[in-house]
Amino acid sequence: MDITFKNVSYIYQRNTPFAHKAIEDLSFHIPSGSFVAIIGHTGSGKSTLIQHLNGLVSPSSGEVTIGDYRLTDEKKPKQMKELRSRVGVVFQYPEHQLFEETVEKDIAFGPQNFDISETEINKRIKEVIPKVGLQEELLKRSPFELSGGQMRRVAIAGVLAIKPDVLVLDEPTAGLDPRGQKEMMDMFYTMHQEEGLTTVLVTHSMEDAVKYADHVIILNNGTKYMEGKPEDVLTQQEALNKVQLDVPEAVQFLQSFEKRFGVQIPFTRQSTKEIAQSVQRYIKGAGPHE
Amino acid sequence: MSSSLIIGQYVPGNSIVHRLDPRTKITVIFFFVFIVFFANSVFSYATLTVFALTTVFITRIPIRYIMKGLTPVWFLIVFTFILHLIVTKEGTVLFHIFGFNIYSGALIQGFAISMRFFLLILVTSLLTLTTTPIEITDAIEDMLHPLKKIKFPVHELALMMSISLRFIPTLMQETEKISRAQASRGVDFKTGPLKERIKAVVPLLVPLFVSAFKRAEELAMAMEARGYQGGEGRSKLRELKIEKIDIAVYLLFALAVAIVFYTRN
Repeated sequence: MDITFKNVSYIYQRNTPFAHKAIEDLSFHIPSGSFVAIIGHTGSGKSTLIQHLNGLVSPSSGEVTIGDYRLTDEKKPKQMKELRSRVGVVFQYPEHQLFEETVEKDIAFGPQNFDISETEINKRIKEVIPKVGLQEELLKRSPFELSGGQMRRVAIAGVLAIKPDVLVLDEPTAGLDPRGQKEMMDMFYTMHQEEGLTTVLVTHSMEDAVKYADHVIILNNGTKYMEGKPEDVLTQQEALNKVQLDVPEAVQFLQSFEKRFGVQIPFTRQSTKEIAQSVQRYIKGAGPHE
Repeated sequence: MSSSLIIGQYVPGNSIVHRLDPRTKITVIFFFVFIVFFANSVFSYATLTVFALTTVFITRIPIRYIMKGLTPVWFLIVFTFILHLIVTKEGTVLFHIFGFNIYSGALIQGFAISMRFFLLILVTSLLTLTTTPIEITDAIEDMLHPLKKIKFPVHELALMMSISLRFIPTLMQETEKISRAQASRGVDFKTGPLKERIKAVVPLLVPLFVSAFKRAEELAMAMEARGYQGGEGRSKLRELKIEKIDIAVYLLFALAVAIVFYTRN
């Protein structure tokens, strides 16, 4: 589903002394099937933006369109539940939402709410469990007996079992160990490709953005600061530093390499290995002259 | 959901009312609550209303904000008013409505009781609106100090209070976060039959309890790690001090009380 924000502003606690603007005049377009990374410093309005995506909040002004669903200040679509079944949101620390007696019941909770048949739910659970890297033996256990990482996987399975068209991820790897982080992001990326999902990843990891996203939006103080392809946006060190962000490590390396050896290797989102090969090629070629 | 209810919320400010010694505020409000029940004439009610509204004015908190925040309480006030209209049978019959005789006494009684309600709630919410939870706890600890002689755990009580108060906003946030997550999983908190909505609370309450217990454990550990051993020999960063302005407030309040007693029937 296409996602379009048109001049969206959102004010928290309107008409009270605590009123403050979280998003101001935000416009962008996410085409169906793309993988978009939304990057911003704490308090840049990322979390508020996410809540617009499945109608948890409606814009104070402006308009949000997700597929055929329109959200404005005056009217909320009647089919809010339908919208939520099509846009799955994995919130930060999703393990905090677990509550059922068994892992199985917790995963089934979402699909049940969306009136999906028992047999279909069972089928989906069987599908989703290996995808998130859990064993079927865990299904009968209480989610509260599991480790933090496993709980996170159960919570994510609960969202995936709804089979949304749009998957929204709010820092899904926060607090995991490096290996768990990589596994989880690879899992999301595979799903994105295999099932043709539209994925919105909120993160402050430049590495993840560069690795997975094909479009990047950078937020600052509730407004759009930059937008474009990762290789264009994430190489602009000065602009990024201004909003307390930094370029990815690979870009940092290429920049210092250029300074040291006076050779420019353009950044095209190549892997560490590819960069190493380019460097090797240069050193081998330039080596004897030194 | 939390944005409309202001009971227990603190609105930062720098007005005289904000800066008053919390003990003064608690004492005055404590007695105000009693005095409200002594008022029984137009004049005595007027005095108390002027006193309350002037205080609101001085706090610089927009009155519209306070009124809106008391929305749930308005229902109670209106309900009380209507109940009195129907039940009281004093004075002369004024008119008939929906098969009820409305008496003049009932109208007056209804007004008086609703006014009492309104004043009570307005003034007590002013305490939390202008005083930080920490100040309130400090004041209560100080005021209960004499009870230490009979081995009453004043410090522990105050600590319990301040911890509870401190965690109200945290738990509110937590509730909001979890309800968002569950709403995304298709829970409908706002519409549907009552039975369904009550059932919808379970996915909210279980995670809330789990996180509250976890938090309690972490807090206890953090306190122990920083060497907390109870109130013995503990000094305070903020010492409470009665200033001239506090004395002035006491005098003004005494004056209001005197007027109330003088003008009551």
